[in-house]
Amino acid sequence: MADVKIDLKNLKAGGFIKERGKDLFTVRLRVPGGRMSVDRLSRIARVAQKYGKGFVHLSVRQSIELININFADFDAVVAELGEEQKVASCGARVRVPTACGGCEYNPNGLVDTQKSALEVDEKLFGTVTGHHKFKVGFAGCPFDCPKSATNDVGLQGAIWPELAAGECISCGLCVKSCTEGALSTGEDGKPEFAGQNCIYCGDCIKVCPTDAWKAEKRGYSVRIGGKWGRRPLVGTLYATFLPEERVVEFIASVLDWYKMKAEGAGRVRIGEIILREGCDSLLDHLRQDFPEYVLDQTILPQIIDTQLPLQQQQDS
Amino acid sequence: METIDLRGVSCPTNFVKAKLALEDIETGTTVEFLLDDGEPVKNVPRSLKADGHKLLGLKETDGHYVLTLEKGED
Repeated sequence: MADVKIDLKNLKAGGFIKERGKDLFTVRLRVPGGRMSVDRLSRIARVAQKYGKGFVHLSVRQSIELININFADFDAVVAELGEEQKVASCGARVRVPTACGGCEYNPNGLVDTQKSALEVDEKLFGTVTGHHKFKVGFAGCPFDCPKSATNDVGLQGAIWPELAAGECISCGLCVKSCTEGALSTGEDGKPEFAGQNCIYCGDCIKVCPTDAWKAEKRGYSVRIGGKWGRRPLVGTLYATFLPEERVVEFIASVLDWYKMKAEGAGRVRIGEIILREGCDSLLDHLRQDFPEYVLDQTILPQIIDTQLPLQQQQDS
Repeated sequence: METIDLRGVSCPTNFVKAKLALEDIETGTTVEFLLDDGEPVKNVPRSLKADGHKLLGLKETDGHYVLTLEKGED
């Protein structure tokens, strides 16, 4: 194999992952938001057919992975995938963002998560963190199919409703639809809004037959510090109604704090750094540029101790 | 006024049945649908509204809902 030459530039951003067998690698493709054109899918299938062994794998984070690729074929695989077929990253970098289908065709979607995922992919993908991987995920609504709070930064579409009482026909449908106890029927037969119970899902707006409920604010709820793996953490809320157009800037600011505070800490995710530094430091940092969206206070990332039953068993 | 009884029909079959029924009705005509409480009354009016029909009213009667709407453009 001495005559094999590989363009090492292709390996720089990662995405080529060593497999069990000799000379074999997985090539992880970059599929922001999990959406791709059928043309691209066809081309990937042709390359997989030619260089793989009959299978691909769909990764947990919405990408296609070409499996069982011989390292001697790297350059040919990259060339035949074509210009736009970028290979994804691995290692201590900003990963490809995940997203749900979003508002274009999913009736629950409150924001355009596909657009946000593409923007973050374009501006921040592959950014070296210096410490550990950094994942971003977008959910279009509080149903949260993509489990946004298990990302380092998880964004969830949100709406703040406001009633134009004159247009309300007192049908009661919004009160019935609200599963969070934020709406009740007032003495005049019209809905009364208890904002402290609202989780910003917009169900009242979607169900209202006369469009009397309107979106007064729209944007993302932002949770930070989540991760899964051996020591899972659920991220907590730092900002609400962050406008879609400020998402990239916000995530970049979180990254700045992470780079600064994790200095010397080794291979540690941002959630662990928040546990060490406390959440006020990150809140203060974010408040400098986003005062109107950042919360006054939050709580530490929530530890999900999946090993706890075993420890209790040993202790007893 | 024509009444389409969708009680006892679960989602999304009730919505598809409503769409089929509306195909035979002239634009601008008012019709009513009978819907069960729970998921049907939450989902069907919202989906019909998204299809371009004008929802005129909704009231609860004897444990079910009566939805009145005006058929929109085809």
